[in-house]
Amino acid sequence: MQKTLEGLLTPFVAIVIAVLIGAVVMLVTGHNPLTAYGALFSGAFGSTINLSNTLANAIPLILSGLGVAIAFKAGLFNIGAEGQYWIGSMATVWIGYSVHGLPPILHISLSVLAGMLAAGLWAGIIPGLAKAFVGAHEVITTMMMSYIAIFLSHYMLENGPMMQPGFTPQSPVILPSATLGKIVERTQLSWGLFIAVGACIIVYWLLFKTTMGYRLRAVGLNARAANYAGINVPFHLVLALFISGMLAGLAGAVQMLGVQHRLYDSFSSGYGFTAIVVALLANNNPFGVILASIFFASLSTGGQSMQLVSGVPAHLTDVISGIIIFLVATKDIVQLVQKRWRKPQTLATVKEA
Amino acid sequence: MLWDALTRPDLWAATLAMATPIALPALGGTFSERSGVVNIAMEGIMLIGAFFGVLFSYYTNSAWLGLLGALLMGALISALFAYVTINLGADQVIVGMGVNIFAAGLTAFLLNTIFGYGGTPRETPALPNLTIPGLRDIPFVGPVLGSQNVVVYLMLILVVASHYFLFHTNLGLRIRAVGENPQAADTAGINVWRLRYLGVIIGGMLSSLGGVYLALGLLNSFEVNMSGGRGYIALAAMIFGKWTPFGSLGAALLFGFATALSLALQGGGVSSNIIQMLPYALTILALTGLVGRSTAPAADGIPYNPNK
Repeated sequence: MQKTLEGLLTPFVAIVIAVLIGAVVMLVTGHNPLTAYGALFSGAFGSTINLSNTLANAIPLILSGLGVAIAFKAGLFNIGAEGQYWIGSMATVWIGYSVHGLPPILHISLSVLAGMLAAGLWAGIIPGLAKAFVGAHEVITTMMMSYIAIFLSHYMLENGPMMQPGFTPQSPVILPSATLGKIVERTQLSWGLFIAVGACIIVYWLLFKTTMGYRLRAVGLNARAANYAGINVPFHLVLALFISGMLAGLAGAVQMLGVQHRLYDSFSSGYGFTAIVVALLANNNPFGVILASIFFASLSTGGQSMQLVSGVPAHLTDVISGIIIFLVATKDIVQLVQKRWRKPQTLATVKEA
Repeated sequence: MLWDALTRPDLWAATLAMATPIALPALGGTFSERSGVVNIAMEGIMLIGAFFGVLFSYYTNSAWLGLLGALLMGALISALFAYVTINLGADQVIVGMGVNIFAAGLTAFLLNTIFGYGGTPRETPALPNLTIPGLRDIPFVGPVLGSQNVVVYLMLILVVASHYFLFHTNLGLRIRAVGENPQAADTAGINVWRLRYLGVIIGGMLSSLGGVYLALGLLNSFEVNMSGGRGYIALAAMIFGKWTPFGSLGAALLFGFATALSLALQGGGVSSNIIQMLPYALTILALTGLVGRSTAPAADGIPYNPNK
């Protein structure tokens, strides 16, 4: 319990400091921070529709953030969630529009599985094996694979095999039998929310209640010690990247079946990079990932209304995200602030004891 | 079709122009990593350079002062990065990521706050193209090398100068020593932290110059996220180039060539998207040792605590 509270404290302090810096920036540029943050908050949570859209935005962040977090737990920095998201999306959409005559439950499961498997292999085979057997740094390999994935999706859509006949580079729409229903009509919130929360529970169980999870964490804490303890380190490195990729692929799958229904030609979904921030803020805790994702999703949905209502450019929310990463990475700064606050308290508790 | 494209000098001129904004941050990354600090912040620092280049150029009405201002801002953000990673020992990759997100947000925010939502002013002075009189008249070489933006020539000079500095001067040797074995360097009386600061800040200024080239060399405006991932490509170029200036330039030329060729072949039989994948695939092969093994400086990424 104590540990959980301390785990929550660092990100909380980081958020508070970053939000305060944001307020100072608003004051300097001649805006009222209270109006601006008020607009941001009501834009993110103020009505059923806004809340639904914030939660909908959080779904791909939860899933890809979970993927980055599980890799971090095994000591790997998967910076290529963006590309794995694209690979997952491509495979899912392909099954979603090309396989006919399946009942919804089977069609959805098959599409999702295809997306997860494709993305898992994308991360596991090349970056995973290269890391495990020749020590090639996964930051670079996953990033390179990410670019290759994005160019592959351009190739598929721009007069390629997945392009819908016509002039717009986009895939055909998935069949109704592969579509995930909406929880709240006329919003983007689909039943994918339950898939996301379910995935968090499964990953938590996997990491902390199974031997496999124990081994993954042991490799992450100290690969040499794990090796001496008889754990097959190369296998677990590949496995961690495979699962990590599967989760990023699941993010793409749920986004395709629940929101977009087809693949568009674009340079970036943006989820892959935010996923890293999510995992960091959550300190790689599966349930923390849910909170952190909702936080960043609210910044992006609320940021738009902040810009409309108070005139503060929505990009300020990115500045705030950047500062948060800075502070979370620099634990010393946050701990310094915490100490200042806590000192009298600790003294008091010592006296009581 | 392919042969036609390859023999046209404008393809090679475009290759050089497209390689420049990759070669400069790759060179920057080389300085930082040779001193032992992993730097994935080139993307963000380029944006800082691009935005402040335009800002200072517009307000001082001189593109050269814009360039100077951009270099200062590049040095400033790098100094902050250096403080957090060197003095406080924070994770270099994560802080680098933070710099990228922060810089993308900051430049977009300042763009909207200062210039509104219509983009930067058209009357911003840009850096000139140079025409080299003798070179220009040589067939084929003339159109490729004879008339490029001033930053392109600057980049070529900086590559040669960096090679000389890193491999043929005392200070360069010390920077590399600190990246390979900081304990030994410290024992020999070298100030590890100071040299790492030097590596990171020189690196930041070079990356910033890459951003200036995009904003004031190719255009005279700033756009949101105009670096477009070149800072990350530079990271690949640096590795593919085995952490050397000439290698970085060579790899940047390869990336530039892939982009230029894919543009030249647009509408042709070969898919431009497939061509653009190749440099990334080659980087992975280089990293796995299949195409000449790339090995990072030994102490790259490890914070150094002099008291331990």
